[in-house]
Amino acid sequence: MNINLTLFAQAVSFAILIWFTVKFVWPPLLKAIETRQKTIADGLAAGERGKQELEAATQRSTAAVEEAKLKASSIIAQAEKRATDIIEEAKNNAKAEGDRILAGAKAEIDQEVNRAKEGLRAQVSALAVAGAEKILRKEIDAKVHADMLNTIANEL
Amino acid sequence: MAAEKLTPSEYIGHHLSFNAKSVGDGSFWVLHYDTLIMSAILGVVVFGFLWWVVRGATSGVPSKRQAFVELAVEFVDDQVKSIFHGNRHVFLAPLALTVFVWVLFMNAMDFLPVDIMAKFYHIIGLEHWRSVPTSDINATFALALSVWVLMIFFSIKVKGLGGWIHELFCSPFGTNPLIWPANLAFNLIEYISKPLSHSLRLFGNMYAGEIIFLLLGMWAATGLAGTFFGALLGAGWAIFHILIVVLQAFIFMMLTVVYISMAHESH
Repeated sequence: MNINLTLFAQAVSFAILIWFTVKFVWPPLLKAIETRQKTIADGLAAGERGKQELEAATQRSTAAVEEAKLKASSIIAQAEKRATDIIEEAKNNAKAEGDRILAGAKAEIDQEVNRAKEGLRAQVSALAVAGAEKILRKEIDAKVHADMLNTIANEL
Repeated sequence: MAAEKLTPSEYIGHHLSFNAKSVGDGSFWVLHYDTLIMSAILGVVVFGFLWWVVRGATSGVPSKRQAFVELAVEFVDDQVKSIFHGNRHVFLAPLALTVFVWVLFMNAMDFLPVDIMAKFYHIIGLEHWRSVPTSDINATFALALSVWVLMIFFSIKVKGLGGWIHELFCSPFGTNPLIWPANLAFNLIEYISKPLSHSLRLFGNMYAGEIIFLLLGMWAATGLAGTFFGALLGAGWAIFHILIVVLQAFIFMMLTVVYISMAHESH
């Protein structure tokens, strides 16, 4: 328990060790640790950023799909409308065509009827003349009464 | 040392005497070569190891060796960070690391079995040689007084000489001139008690530990039962001593950090 010069010698070696640690041991290790901490922090930040970007991309793609669906349904609606229009138009056209054909046919039928009437009329007058000729063979001269016969035929 | 002719007090006295060399007149001019050389060897080996690891330190994936050193360094750094709020990397944290590691290894010399080491030192021609530098009061006082000087240095550096003197007279009780003497007395007691408690705590623990090992060793010389129980209790004490060695190194470091960060704070 005696204090002596050892104290100062020991203090000197302590001072040397402190100097050595401050100068050579602490700074490089601290630098390594801090650099690694920064690297890790950067990595974590990058990961976080990537996650956020992925989320944003997912949102964008969902929005795009929604938009496409909307567009597709509107296109389908348009197409359906157009199809109905076309069908409607075709119906109308067909109806008009049918009416026209019908009208033509009716007119033709009328013509035919008239022609048949003309023919019949001519044949009836001829038949009447022939009948009258048989009845009146002797009294009536065809040549003399031709005018009168014609008048009758026209009246039929 | 087998004790055929030695009395117990001779045995203990032999183990507890320093390898002292007088370098001048008077009892002060004496050097304890064992303390100085053991602590210097430990300092060179341990801090050489740290330097060797740190020189190849990478900021990428650390080797196991580097991870171990980083673990110790970050342990110390965390302690300093929780106490000191300045830029600790300039001085205080490396100082704490130095104190912790050096004291830890000086304490750990206590694990060396006293008698086997004495035999070994005897073989290499050293008759009185103590392995544990921290059981020499000169060593612990050297550390505590160095810390004390640093404490005053930082106190003056941070507050200025005037601020430091002002604090001697005006804290902790107040600035009234009537209580200046009380303040001064209080501060003087604090400045005296700090290095005393700082160094004597470490010295007392290590010295007591050594004496208990010696007593157990002496018991072992009394016969078969003594050898058996001496060995058993010696093992128990050594295991308990692992705690003391680390704890005292830790306490010494913490007090160093606390004293110096207190010096940075003005009242």
